[in-house]
Amino acid sequence: MLKIDRTKVDDYVVLKLDGEVDASNSVELDLAIQELVAGNEEKILVDGTSLEYISSAGLGVFMSYLEDIQEKRMKFIIFGLNNKVKNVFHILGLDQLLQIEDNEIQALELLYEG
Amino acid sequence: MRVELKLHCEKSRLSELRLFLTDLLADIALSEIKKNQIILAVEEVCSNLIIHSHECNPKDSILLNVRKDKHKITFEIKDSGKAFNILEYQEPQLADVIRERRKGGLGIMLVKKIMDSIEFETSNNHNICRLTKSLNSQ
Repeated sequence: MLKIDRTKVDDYVVLKLDGEVDASNSVELDLAIQELVAGNEEKILVDGTSLEYISSAGLGVFMSYLEDIQEKRMKFIIFGLNNKVKNVFHILGLDQLLQIEDNEIQALELLYEG
Repeated sequence: MRVELKLHCEKSRLSELRLFLTDLLADIALSEIKKNQIILAVEEVCSNLIIHSHECNPKDSILLNVRKDKHKITFEIKDSGKAFNILEYQEPQLADVIRERRKGGLGIMLVKKIMDSIEFETSNNHNICRLTKSLNSQ
């Protein structure tokens, strides 16, 4: 089960993921991010505090937007991952390629720095 | 002890696989992070078979056999679809995955990083992928 909620706050968007991302539902995550990228949102926060599990299907979705994020100079920050989920990003070194912060406060600081 | 799970080839079955594995690993002295890695690796192999070898045909099924020993746990995943030899599969480079905006290709990389040994054999239309994780490894 995966629930995705989108909230616009000032000039940024929070995508809250609740549940588990696997091959059965990663397309939902893909569509949610695709909409934001296509809509030219420049600041996106992914709230992973309620994300219980992620498999390669979910990792693949994030990885597939890395080029867009760079080309469009978007801010794309994931925060609040529990240790198990964070470790899955770490196994392949994806935590070095994506911006991952511990909590919302740190994510917001990063959003507005520079 | 040996336990078996038959899984029909639908992606929606993956959550049942995770529940099965979570129960199975409950009494094993490994950190939650390590247990999650093992669940992930087994799921990656199964979802690969379900999607690529069986094209999500719910009439097909795969069979997971788990053997718990004192120092290791062995997962045997048996199917009769198109043979997918995980050992011969050349996983893509991470840089190519990013450049080509590919959404797949990371699963097998995870399995190879997580498991201590991976074996593959095929005979009489059956393919067996055997994953072993040592319980002593840190």
